[in-house]
Amino acid sequence: MLINRKTFIQTGTLASASVMLPGFLQALSRKPSVPPGNKVLVIVQFNGGNDGLNTIIPVTNDIYYRERPRLAIDKTKTLTLTDDAGLHPALVACKALYDEGNLAMLNTVGYPNPDRSHFRSMDIWQSGSQSNEYIYTGWLGRYLDAQCSGCDKPTQIIEMDDMLSLAMKGKNYSGIATTDPKRLYNSSNDPYYKQLIAGYQHGEETADYLYKTMGDAINSASYIHDKSQLQAAGKNYPATELGKNLKTIANLILSDINTKVYYLSLGSFDTHINQEAQQKRLFMQFNDAIKAFTDDMKAQHRFEDVLLMTFSEFGRRVGQNASNGTDHGTANNMFLISGALKQKGFLNPLPDLADLIDGDLKYTVDFKSVYATVLANWLGADDQKIIGKSYSKLKFI
Amino acid sequence: MPVSNRLKNQHLLWRAAFGPMAENAAALDTIKPADLWQLLLETSASKPEKLEVADNLIAGLSNGVKDLVALDKAGKMDEETKKERQQKMRQQSKDDIRNLNILWLDEMINSEAQLREKLSLFWHGHFSCRVINSYFQQELLHIIRTHALGNFGDLLKAVSKSPAMIQFLNNQQNKKKKPNENFARELMELFTLGRGHYSETDIKEAARAFTGWGFNLDGKFENRAYFHDEEAKTIFGQTGNFNGDDVLNILLKEKQTAKHITSKLYSFLVNEKPDESKIDWLSSRFFKSNYDIKYLLTDIFMSDWFYEPKNIGNHIKSPIELLVGLRRLIPLKMENDNAQLLFQKLLGQILFYPPNVAGWPGGRNWIDSSTLMLRLRIPAFITSSEKLNIRAKSDDDVNMGQTDAAYRTGGVGIDWPAVYKLFASTPREDLVKAIADVLWQTGNRPEAKMLAAFVNEQSREDFIRTTILRLMATPEYQLC
Repeated sequence: MLINRKTFIQTGTLASASVMLPGFLQALSRKPSVPPGNKVLVIVQFNGGNDGLNTIIPVTNDIYYRERPRLAIDKTKTLTLTDDAGLHPALVACKALYDEGNLAMLNTVGYPNPDRSHFRSMDIWQSGSQSNEYIYTGWLGRYLDAQCSGCDKPTQIIEMDDMLSLAMKGKNYSGIATTDPKRLYNSSNDPYYKQLIAGYQHGEETADYLYKTMGDAINSASYIHDKSQLQAAGKNYPATELGKNLKTIANLILSDINTKVYYLSLGSFDTHINQEAQQKRLFMQFNDAIKAFTDDMKAQHRFEDVLLMTFSEFGRRVGQNASNGTDHGTANNMFLISGALKQKGFLNPLPDLADLIDGDLKYTVDFKSVYATVLANWLGADDQKIIGKSYSKLKFI
Repeated sequence: MPVSNRLKNQHLLWRAAFGPMAENAAALDTIKPADLWQLLLETSASKPEKLEVADNLIAGLSNGVKDLVALDKAGKMDEETKKERQQKMRQQSKDDIRNLNILWLDEMINSEAQLREKLSLFWHGHFSCRVINSYFQQELLHIIRTHALGNFGDLLKAVSKSPAMIQFLNNQQNKKKKPNENFARELMELFTLGRGHYSETDIKEAARAFTGWGFNLDGKFENRAYFHDEEAKTIFGQTGNFNGDDVLNILLKEKQTAKHITSKLYSFLVNEKPDESKIDWLSSRFFKSNYDIKYLLTDIFMSDWFYEPKNIGNHIKSPIELLVGLRRLIPLKMENDNAQLLFQKLLGQILFYPPNVAGWPGGRNWIDSSTLMLRLRIPAFITSSEKLNIRAKSDDDVNMGQTDAAYRTGGVGIDWPAVYKLFASTPREDLVKAIADVLWQTGNRPEAKMLAAFVNEQSREDFIRTTILRLMATPEYQLC
């Protein structure tokens, strides 16, 4: 097979990349692109263990004020949600979403036998495992395995990062990590790689696997780059990392890309010392970026197709420490933001601060229940197969 | 494809060591694999020197703990100062662990005791331990390197009494009437028998036998008799007032322990796909030898089946194997040590920071589109001044202060002449094949015609250098 190299280099597009792939690397059947109306999930991971009790503040709880003499947020400063609960003062946009009925909140989400190591607890959340179980695939990666079976590019899941988190790693497929579709495209669109693929002869299983992953990566980078060109997102995003990433996501959502899940992270919320300033700074970034993103989705009439969910590897100790911070805790709250919520506001009671284990909250909702709900009711997937066990579903979507 | 003598030797060197090095790769055409195996044993025969990290650990850490306790008791230290001290100590420990990482990596690259360091890397993953205490980590590594090729029972006992493992698996909190089962569970599930070969009762009873095993403020093992449960325990049907040593002996008497260890080593050294009959044969001999690790390794590396094509070139190099192997073939110094940690982090294997007690899963788990595409670019990064424009994730447990990759990731003083010498007698038209024969353990070979567009053909040296870098930037080079 003779290839005119010049033409080949010039047309470094998805089409040419696909043409170059030997038959066995190509998809059996190409799935149709996803039409507008496609439901997408956006996950924002709060790294480091966000202090949930200073996020949704139990403003009438004496124990809260007693245990946090210097860190507790005064009722008058919070953004009132109910008689008993207020939001952190920086979360103005979330309060507005709440008033509109586009915010739902889950309290005391966690898991049995909680682990207080950042790494291990994040592992448990991302893999969707029990705390005494070690799983090397992520819950979204397993969703991808089911979703992408026989597809030619695993772009159903995109993480806005240079490295891919465990959550997105499946057995056969892994999501794509990028902060910048153009840069990803430039670094993978190397003619040498394409020539390697073109010259590769079907061989040993492991080598085939590596070549397939490489082909998928090149295809995906090209496809994502292509779709990101449309640039239909609004202009009013903040210049923070989260703002830029959400703008990239908005551009992709507004294209006809087949991506179903976007994953972002913000941090560090590991506030052992001087918590107040640190948490406030991060919440301001979160708030401004979320406002821009939800405003944009509303303006483009896509807000009912978007579900944004936050989580953190754990919450923090009820009692503050002596450094005006808080130490690692257990159960925590989650935000669920969407234009298509079936249940709004508080989905369950505030944490019971009189009923603790070693100074930490008891979980009342297993996070895997939330995953099951999102997988089945939002993404239309087989939750039990992906999580490995049946969990009762919630009703917010 | 017939397996050449060179391929067999390189196979042995990639599995029992960290691959061929520039200075001796030429000899691999002629030496017999059996003689090479003897050489690997001989060069690893002596006891390892302890890798000590720069800081005076006893003073810096353990005495630090003592001071804190004393001060705390005297009420002289307010909470804030205490917290600050603790944070400072933690940072010091992280810096020390980083240095230990670099020191050990240097051993893997430059030490002649290749077999010992390779097996130490295996045990480092098997006895996986994630604690931020540089003194504990340093001592555990020394235990592992000392016993890596010795007796598995000795290794198991020494690891079980190491403050690192006691801390990591909460045996310090394991006391009579309030047993903590963490250590007993991982001991059976991961370190000895493997999942499914014990009951929950065995774990509960074994945990009681380990009550009292802890460490003191000097960072030394201590059997705290006052915490030990003196009542009778029943483990695998045997009843007695067992202590921790008794339980370890009971576990070593189980043939399943030999089988579990053999299976894991087979997967690490031979093939991820288990061959039950070979594993049974190996493990029964390992058991009869009373867990002589060297004996088991000799059984593996001296067997004909180890050199069968299906066992060659199908193992995905771990990030450490990749980075160390590359630097063994191309002698160089890294301009910035942080780059070595950044690569480990980005590729998913940081020494002393395993993902959890089960260790690194290995195999295809190393590969996703980000790590694979980065692997392809690493040869260029290491041998040039190109800046790595990739950020590592922040990690609140580790946070090694190197999320910012503003420093150069390249090597300096690259000894290319040592590499050129390898191919001194190869005719120009055979160079591509000769280079691929050294770099690729897989059966396929690159098309010289295709490569021509991507290499520098000016001088013979340019051609060799750029061909090497191109052939390293391939999926094939990820395999050994």
